[in-house]
Amino acid sequence: MPPIRSYAMNNPTQRPILSVENLTTEFRISGQWHPAIRDLSFHVQPNETLAIVGESGCGKSITALSIMQLINKSQGRIAHGRIEFDGRDLTACSEREMEAVRGDALAMIFQEPMTSLNPVMTIGFQIAESVRYHRPVSKREANKRALELLELVKIPSAARRFDDYPHQFSGGMRQRVMIAMALACEPKLLLADEPTTALDVTIQVQILALLADLKETKQMGMVFITHNLGVVASIADRVAVMYGGRIIEEADVVSLFEHPTHPYTEALLKSMPRVDQPRTALHPIAGQVPPITVDMPGCRYAERCPLREARCDVSVPPLTPVAGATGHRVRCWVRAPSPMLEAVAS
Amino acid sequence: MTELLNVRHLHKTFTVNQGFMGSQKAKLHALHDVSFSVEEGEAFGIVGESGCGKSTAGRALLRLIEPTSGEVFYKGENILKADRARMRALRREIQIIFQDPYASLNPRLTIGKTLAEPMLLHGVATRANVQEKIEAALTEVGLPPTAMAKYPHEFSGGQRQRIGIARALALNPTLIVADEPVSALDVSIQAQVLLLMESLQKKRSLSFVFISHDLGVVRHFCKNVAVMYLGRIVEKGNVDSLFDQPLHPYTQALRAASPVPDPRKKITVARIEGDVASALSPPSGCHFHPRCPKAMDICRKEYPVWRDVSLTRGVACHLYTEHFAPADDLRIDTPHQALTP
Repeated sequence: MPPIRSYAMNNPTQRPILSVENLTTEFRISGQWHPAIRDLSFHVQPNETLAIVGESGCGKSITALSIMQLINKSQGRIAHGRIEFDGRDLTACSEREMEAVRGDALAMIFQEPMTSLNPVMTIGFQIAESVRYHRPVSKREANKRALELLELVKIPSAARRFDDYPHQFSGGMRQRVMIAMALACEPKLLLADEPTTALDVTIQVQILALLADLKETKQMGMVFITHNLGVVASIADRVAVMYGGRIIEEADVVSLFEHPTHPYTEALLKSMPRVDQPRTALHPIAGQVPPITVDMPGCRYAERCPLREARCDVSVPPLTPVAGATGHRVRCWVRAPSPMLEAVAS
Repeated sequence: MTELLNVRHLHKTFTVNQGFMGSQKAKLHALHDVSFSVEEGEAFGIVGESGCGKSTAGRALLRLIEPTSGEVFYKGENILKADRARMRALRREIQIIFQDPYASLNPRLTIGKTLAEPMLLHGVATRANVQEKIEAALTEVGLPPTAMAKYPHEFSGGQRQRIGIARALALNPTLIVADEPVSALDVSIQAQVLLLMESLQKKRSLSFVFISHDLGVVRHFCKNVAVMYLGRIVEKGNVDSLFDQPLHPYTQALRAASPVPDPRKKITVARIEGDVASALSPPSGCHFHPRCPKAMDICRKEYPVWRDVSLTRGVACHLYTEHFAPADDLRIDTPHQALTP
């Protein structure tokens, strides 16, 4: 995989484009509310890619849907927390206000591009539509903009394919169309939920390179959701690892892969067979992710963790800075004891 | 080591209806001259991207898809010539595991019934001892005997895949065709299932034809591997040598595009542009030439002949002529196990 990430460090004094604080989203299951994400806090700077990585059911997609305010109201709710995007709290926005934000300053792309495109409308029309929805432009101008966007996402012979229908495009090309639609109004933040998971690897690199390039030229913030650690390594600036609805480790991409500190992150890396190395023993993680209906007072990873101690089952560890590393934080009683306790011990 | 399976010049052509109301017929070469062999106790990998023919190859081995021409020798017997009764007996020995463990289990049957059916059908168990055999099969894949009374929806993806494996193993097969068996699973569960298959392989000296798009999984599980592109095998060899020193530009591209969990990794091969061509109208000459960074004139005209560059490695590419000598650092004949640290 090519290193498509820019190593340019983001200005830390810059105001984040997105900051999520103590976000908890719950779902009602047989009459009871159960949190799918718990007290989630993170932020994204302009021109920064934050990868959210985790296995099925860890809450990564719910995080994106919560930011977009797309949680189905009949089953779910944002219990508490703030989502500050571009100076306003999205949790306080009405549906009308959200409609103006979605697809404009805040855009999202999904895993399966075919189900997100209208099969009976041409590609060109669908992109132009998203421009016209948000901007007071004529049909002509919108079409012109749509064509520019198709060229931006590198659709070969874009003008000729403008009037094609989605089924005439391959999977990779459809995902490019989705990206073009998302970029129609120059978003400040792009949420990408597993955008390359359905694609073949040689197409995946092309899409990842395109996203990395667009992020840089448009100075966008990007939240990239994936379960694939290899993809994380190639696209992220910073990484948040989620487990059981919580961020359990957060670090810049190099620190995370070179010094994984949470036992779960470490185990994930060890359980992935690698194509670049001769065969080594795999270390699977025993057991499974606990269902969200199960309430636990302590760390949700404890029952699968080899380092489990009595205190792990008593209370949830805080997200604690790792000594000697800036911006590297871990939620683990054993691996990252609070600095005060360490001072006493030494 | 004795040869268990030998596939020779396997072809499969589908007829596809095209045009208005299917007025035109077109031929799709899903498999074109596919040859490989699998030794007893070996795991043989087939990798490639969607539509390359890898699943068709797996199904053709069991005659779930009838090949157009070619030979499949299983223990010296050409199974494409076997009659119905013989084929039924052979299907006990050659089992298949599918990618989607939910779609391949009957949602209305309990796990016990799902496992009992093939055993009774093939006479592996009798009404008297079937219960006991089911328990043994479940225990072997790490599921409690209580799973017997449950339905598929009560299990997670990883557990369902274990059930799929148990069903295949219940018949004491010699060869298992595994079609993307871990692709639908999370990484941590994927490792559990891979380890289970590995231990079963050792214990029962099973052979596998392991079909996957994930190069990492294939490198871990298999000894030898074939890379397919648009219905043809373009390169074949021992996994370590093939993935460390890929010869065919397509293998090189596939290898370079495969995500590696290392943010500092540098790319050595140019990224290939474009999509996989349609199998209905493959490009002339070498099918890969429109995307190939090293394409020459001859590549547009002629399909390259297969060339064995060493005892274990072969490639179909015009870059490797008869004068091609593997470089010293090309670890071409290194035995698989010797590389394990």
